[in-house]
Amino acid sequence: MKPIDINEVQQHIDEFAGKKVFIHLETTNGAYANHVNEKAYNVGAFIRNAQVTYEHGKIKGAGTAYRVGLKTENGWVYAEGLNAWEMDDKNRLLMAGHDREGRLMVALEISETAF
Amino acid sequence: MEKHVVVIFPHPDDEAFGAAGTIAKFREEGVPVTYLCGTLGEMGRNMGNPTFATRESLPEIRKKELQDACKVMDVELKMLGYRDKVLEFEDLSKVSENLKGFLDEIQPSLVITHYPEYAVHPDHNALGAAAIDAVSKMDESIRPTVWAQAFMRGYQEILGKPDIVQDIRPFVKTKVKAILCHASQAQGVLGNVTGEQLTEENMEAIAMEHFKEETFYTWNFKSI
Repeated sequence: MKPIDINEVQQHIDEFAGKKVFIHLETTNGAYANHVNEKAYNVGAFIRNAQVTYEHGKIKGAGTAYRVGLKTENGWVYAEGLNAWEMDDKNRLLMAGHDREGRLMVALEISETAF
Repeated sequence: MEKHVVVIFPHPDDEAFGAAGTIAKFREEGVPVTYLCGTLGEMGRNMGNPTFATRESLPEIRKKELQDACKVMDVELKMLGYRDKVLEFEDLSKVSENLKGFLDEIQPSLVITHYPEYAVHPDHNALGAAAIDAVSKMDESIRPTVWAQAFMRGYQEILGKPDIVQDIRPFVKTKVKAILCHASQAQGVLGNVTGEQLTEENMEAIAMEHFKEETFYTWNFKSI
């Protein structure tokens, strides 16, 4: 993955707008968070292959912290803390936020085919 | 001497961090070892440092790492095809049946798995429970011994001292080599395990210094 270029990512978000797409949305601080640090909480959530159609989507932010919001007919898809992206070999838009050690903290992925 | 050892853990790298020294010891004695690996660690958050994997490429990368580690340890590998992080939500009686199928065929004398409820990660606890359930359903005449691994904070205060303490210092090279096969995970997990700031350069030396023993509890089937 490469550092987010807001213009490039916005273009790809626009390409998926109005289409029936599959979403992978995830955030995690790992199953060992509390094991490693007694004061930490294990927190995470993911949804894989949620089917949505968004009217439009935007990427906002700067530097190493970006947010993406996708407006759907009845609600929103939202991710914060994104800093890396790629279009993979299956034409899927992968976005992720990694911490200083390269660990994934958040991911938002958009695809026309199921993950 | 053991006849055949089966290791049952859910993630690629659990075998390297948890039991590679013990496995290497058995292999040196000529004992066949089979690793039943539950998932491909699809939901791992270590992506290499610097990052080289994505959420979508991680399973294939970890599969290759697992195969390489098994080559280093010289063990047979069977991948069970469950999905990382959601193992505990599977029908565990079916998981247990699946495991029992392997055990009935292999007829091991020893099974190594995680100690249910004392192994931190929900996948560890779930697969450990399924493995122990599978073994408990085997006829007593062919039932293998089970060594269960615990590492939850404070586990010894509750369970007492582990009765199986393997001095793995003679096999630490193989263990560290197996760990380093898991390139996407090694640095992140080693950092947690050793509490040290690791770099590409110092990782191997710190790991060689750190691992001295692997411990297990012999499961008491009479207590169920």
